[in-house]
Amino acid sequence: MTNKIWAYIDQFKGEALPSSWEAIGAGLALAESLGGGVTAIVFGENVGAIAEQAFQYGADEVLVADDATLGDYRAEAYTATLTQLAADSAPEVILFPTTSRGREVAGMSAVDLNTGVLVDVTALEVVDGAVIATRPVYAGKLLAKVQCSAKPQMVTLRGRAFAKPEADASRTGTPTGVPAALSEDEINVKIVDYATVSGGVSLTDAAVIVSGGRGVSNNPNLNPPDDLDEAGQEIWKAQQGFALVGDLADALGAAVGASRAAVDAGYIPYVNQVGQTGKVVAPDLYVACGISGAIQHLAGMRTSKVIVAINKDADAPIFKLARFGVVGDLFEILPPLAAAMKERLGQ
Amino acid sequence: MNIVVCVKQVPDSAAQLTVEGGNISWGEAPLVINPWDEYAVEAALQKAGDLGGNVTVISMGKADETEALKHSLAMGCNEAVLISDPALAGSDNVAAARVLAAAIAKVDDVGLVFFGKQAIDSDTGTLPAQVARVLGWPTLTLVSAIDELSADGIKVERAIEEGRQVVKSRLPAVVSVIKDYGEPRYPSFMGIRKAARATIPVWALGELGIEAPAPVVAWPEVMAPQQREIATELITGGSPAEIAATLADKIMAEKVL
Ligand SMILES: Cc1cc2nc3c(=O)[nH]c(=O)nc-3n(C[C@H](O)[C@H](O)[C@H](O)COP(=O)(O)OP(=O)(O)OC[C@H]3O[C@@H](n4cnc5c(N)ncnc54)[C@H](O)[C@@H]3O)c2cc1C
Ligand SMILES: Nc1ncnc2c1ncn2[C@@H]1O[C@H](COP(=O)(O)O)[C@@H](O)[C@H]1O
Repeated sequence: MTNKIWAYIDQFKGEALPSSWEAIGAGLALAESLGGGVTAIVFGENVGAIAEQAFQYGADEVLVADDATLGDYRAEAYTATLTQLAADSAPEVILFPTTSRGREVAGMSAVDLNTGVLVDVTALEVVDGAVIATRPVYAGKLLAKVQCSAKPQMVTLRGRAFAKPEADASRTGTPTGVPAALSEDEINVKIVDYATVSGGVSLTDAAVIVSGGRGVSNNPNLNPPDDLDEAGQEIWKAQQGFALVGDLADALGAAVGASRAAVDAGYIPYVNQVGQTGKVVAPDLYVACGISGAIQHLAGMRTSKVIVAINKDADAPIFKLARFGVVGDLFEILPPLAAAMKERLGQ
Repeated sequence: MNIVVCVKQVPDSAAQLTVEGGNISWGEAPLVINPWDEYAVEAALQKAGDLGGNVTVISMGKADETEALKHSLAMGCNEAVLISDPALAGSDNVAAARVLAAAIAKVDDVGLVFFGKQAIDSDTGTLPAQVARVLGWPTLTLVSAIDELSADGIKVERAIEEGRQVVKSRLPAVVSVIKDYGEPRYPSFMGIRKAARATIPVWALGELGIEAPAPVVAWPEVMAPQQREIATELITGGSPAEIAATLADKIMAEKVL
């Protein structure tokens, strides 16, 4: 007997992504209106530890497909397994974290099960037994209430929009094993290699982000090496600027973000881009350094709790969203700010 | 083998959006090709040579929504098709996936279908995988580079949360492309002239040989987000050190760390 509400646990190489636990928390809140408990769904190879964690984070039941074919995430294999389980047990709601994998499995399984998927949801409510979700659309310029009339209602939750439950180490349970749906020769995609980027805080999970824009290269007092061409000299300068951004980020335990202008100019890789065509983030603290605040940048960070802007231009639109602003040169402000934060945080 | 690329027409990313009587309005802002889809068109044009075929660009939209298709033609796509039928108004993504899959199936000998990462209006990012699922083809999403491509198969690099993943699959397959793939080309002068003169065929459901798939996702309400009342406090002081110290105290007082 499974519950009406399922939470899909996204994992990579045997480690659950933190936003997966938020899905259990959101599921438990829905269960208060819809009844029953929450069933966590764990796919992978050697993922027993994740199943244990799922109980600790509040799952009432955990279904585990532990199989070599599921060792690395592959869309076809994961989708087929989820579809089979859902077709057998008919859950009413399946919650996923909005990760690249969560989005994909939810979308594909929705095709199999002839239902729909509500993506990147930031709030959930139950009205007359139906789940109504709120999601930002048009890059957060508008909010839509959306609803899925077929079952299961597939919902992916925006990271950090729902509280992560406290883990309770005394909560335990026995996971239920379920089979993988495909055999290796039925899976078309083969993994050749990984290049994992190590360390650093991921932007979308970060509680604090320090971002740099085109302004990080604007310091006439720097003397780049002569053997660089003009573009090279600009990038060299930007590296000095981003080093200051990085120092503040280190002091705050923050991830480093960037504007598209900084990315396009080659100052920093695209994975760091915040905005409409980058990552959408909602940290507790967002520090924008040398970023003007174009509408496409704001689209990616406007829901941050506290925004701090450091910019030379008092008319920069970023100040309209900022709780605190400094009209000044980031090269002058960032070093003492990093030092002052370190001191206050006892480092 | 031929290539298909799917593009959507959306309001410009700089548009100010408003809601009037439940209807979304973008004022005078132009309708353009979804910015992510330009990367998909670029990839399709680059890879057409490897497979030795044509590039057909497909868009599903209202009868007059040909701007994204014309832009793609101007970039160099060989053919364009608009999928349009009044019965498709209100389609959700699963419905759209079934319709696009039916359209792709009508194109001869397709080896690859390219998509953008996400539509910047509905912001769902699920359609590429869903079309793949309907077609029963492998899905390779978030592709930053295509390392190998021949009629026998494809090897791509994908961007995932944890870094990069290299995967191989058979063809035909569905690929969604991200920005790392490389800057899209500008339409050439000749391309723009050719696109302006092109008449774009419209396929309705009759041509596709399917009924309108019933949507199950409804948008009962669209609203402007609540304006946040933000009182901006400008931090000043006699020296950078003084400003930094005051700012640090203010940040600490917000209790977000
Ligand atoms: C389709 C589309 C999608 C886009 N998507 C995104 C996106 O996802 N993310 C994004 O960020 N942008 C995006 N953009 C680009 C966006 O429109 C802006 O061009 C970009 O955000 C500008 O970046 P910026 O603020 O770093 O640069 P600028 O606008 O050039 O601003 C630089 C700022 O730095 C300040 N400055 C200069 N020197 C200093 C100094 N020494 N100290 C302090 N301040 C200094 C200046 O006063 C200025 O305000 C998109 C655009 C389009 C058309
Ligand atoms: N109406 C449409 N017609 C053709 N392609 C589309 C349409 N809508 C979305 N797409 C494609 O699907 C991708 C993902 O869209 P979505 O899943 O809606 O965010 C886009 O980048 C386009 O390549």
